[in-house]
Amino acid sequence: MLTFTIRRLILSVPTLLFISLVIFLLLELAPGDPMAQVPLTVPPEVKEKMREALGLGQPMHIRFWKWLVQFFWIEPQVMIDHYFGTTYAVGDLRVISWQTRSPVMDTVVQRIPQTLWVVGTAYIVGILIALPIGIYSAYRQYSVFDQCGTFVTMIGFSIPPFFTGPLLIVVFSVQLGWFPFIYDTTHVVDDWDSFVYQLRQMILPVMVLALQTTAQISRYMRASMLDNMNQDYVRTARAKGLSEAVVVMVHVLRNSMIPVVTVIALGMPAIFGGAIITEQVFSVNGIGSQLITALFANDLPTVQTLTFIFAMLIVFFNLIADILYGLLDPRIRYD
Amino acid sequence: MTDLSNQTPLAPPRSQWRNVWDQLKKHKGALLGGGFLVFITLAVLLGPYVWTLDPQKIDYRARDFRPIYHALFDADAKTAWANPLGTDQLGRDGLANILAGGRTSMAVGWAAMLLTLFIGTMIGVVAGFFKKLDGPLMRLTDLFLSLPILPLLLVAVTLFREPLRGNFGPEGGMFILIVAIIGITSWMPTARIVRGDVLALKEREFVLAARSIGTKPGAMIWRHLLPNVISPIMVSATLGLAAAIITESALSFLGVGFPSDFPTWGKMLADAVQRMEEFPERVMLPGIAISLTVLSVNYLGDGLRDALDPRIRGR
Repeated sequence: MLTFTIRRLILSVPTLLFISLVIFLLLELAPGDPMAQVPLTVPPEVKEKMREALGLGQPMHIRFWKWLVQFFWIEPQVMIDHYFGTTYAVGDLRVISWQTRSPVMDTVVQRIPQTLWVVGTAYIVGILIALPIGIYSAYRQYSVFDQCGTFVTMIGFSIPPFFTGPLLIVVFSVQLGWFPFIYDTTHVVDDWDSFVYQLRQMILPVMVLALQTTAQISRYMRASMLDNMNQDYVRTARAKGLSEAVVVMVHVLRNSMIPVVTVIALGMPAIFGGAIITEQVFSVNGIGSQLITALFANDLPTVQTLTFIFAMLIVFFNLIADILYGLLDPRIRYD
Repeated sequence: MTDLSNQTPLAPPRSQWRNVWDQLKKHKGALLGGGFLVFITLAVLLGPYVWTLDPQKIDYRARDFRPIYHALFDADAKTAWANPLGTDQLGRDGLANILAGGRTSMAVGWAAMLLTLFIGTMIGVVAGFFKKLDGPLMRLTDLFLSLPILPLLLVAVTLFREPLRGNFGPEGGMFILIVAIIGITSWMPTARIVRGDVLALKEREFVLAARSIGTKPGAMIWRHLLPNVISPIMVSATLGLAAAIITESALSFLGVGFPSDFPTWGKMLADAVQRMEEFPERVMLPGIAISLTVLSVNYLGDGLRDALDPRIRGR
């Protein structure tokens, strides 16, 4: 198992390098000019100096290497300095945002908790709803419950989050007035009332994101349960006189969870993509809305860093999916 | 004893597509979905010739009209038969805009889907057929699968907007850009499925027979392999169409899509969100249009998958 994990871990290094190269080249080949906003009265030699001050003077491969060093070597040192009070990174050049002239990672660290809170809760809620639905609709295949479940999941697949968001706001915030329609990120939870407020403001964005997750995962759960329902070992278990609950919840469920766990891990990146839209709808100031602001402000270092963070999340969850698959299914591990 | 002298079959053999159609007819959702897809495609194609109002025409005296059905429960509502789906804050006609917006969304959806299928099938067939290319191409597919698609789409659209606009005009440039980017970032599932099927087909006897009479690789792919992988391609076509429509609308919603005077469903929805307390129908109508189209495509795909799978078809 350890060798399997290590092999997967090593394989993810070239993947990450490839992705960082793609992102870098995409930004590099893009025709936008960071000096476009500078007034025309500024003489060309001053412009050239400003360009160099932004680090644009050197050839492409040197800048790529510098960015790699800054991201993978200096930023972790800054983090260590922050937590342990050491001084490894003092004086080193960090990735600086062109928009705020401060290190990109400082802003990211401020904003990532909001994204993770909303996305994480949504995902857990979605899974908790999806698994029972999937299990029951497979157990009673073609029943009324199963038909309804199929219809609801189809709708969940088809209605995009930028429509469900406004729809829920109109119904629950405007008409009924139950929940606030703007996510207040400065809100501090210190007593019961503020906790309730936090819950109320999280419900709408979480529901929007959870609808997508629920639709997808309950489909997979149902299909996987159906595959296992007619296997010989299930008949054996029934023949042994085990109760129906034990047969379904222990024997069938454990075997059906193998593909579902992978789908759960692999679905994580998609929900981060959905979070960009949800953050925009509910004005959550997470990293998704930071990406949009940076894009419109032509702030390339921030865009590069954020896109790469999204990529890292994807590779990380792919790795987790692989390892879980290996843990659950020994046939893969020894391949 | 059986009479062997009469060798002619009693009835002509049923074609495969006949069977597929019979199975598809049993799937109510697929029939409804397919019907609605044909309806909406015809509506956005031919609708502008029937409803000839210019979607861009600004008429300040007729602004903020409600849809005609509002007169049913609110007799004082500002409605007019000239604008059955109401008008927006500049007096542009709602129905004409929905039709024009649908045209864009469907055009992007179909074009991006075709491009996705083309790239995916090509890479899948090449990877499955030529053993040497299998490893590198599948690694490339894995790498593409781990790219963050939506952030990259946003980045690419914002950065490459200007030069393409200069070369192909504001709408044409954006169309090419969005279609190309969706195509480049969503071919991977098709490629994987096609490769798997080609690998299995390659071991079959008819491929061996074709090779033994000296069929060249090109003809082998074109005549023997592609016709046999058409069913997974059709299923991923429906998935691709749905995904492309949603992606285009999402880009428009985030404000990086088509230019601002060019209606698409996503942009109409995004523009209407500001005043959705007073005019909820302006959010609802394009939203319902997107959702129903995608829902019908998904149902059609579901039915096609059942109909094209010979193991299910017999039941």
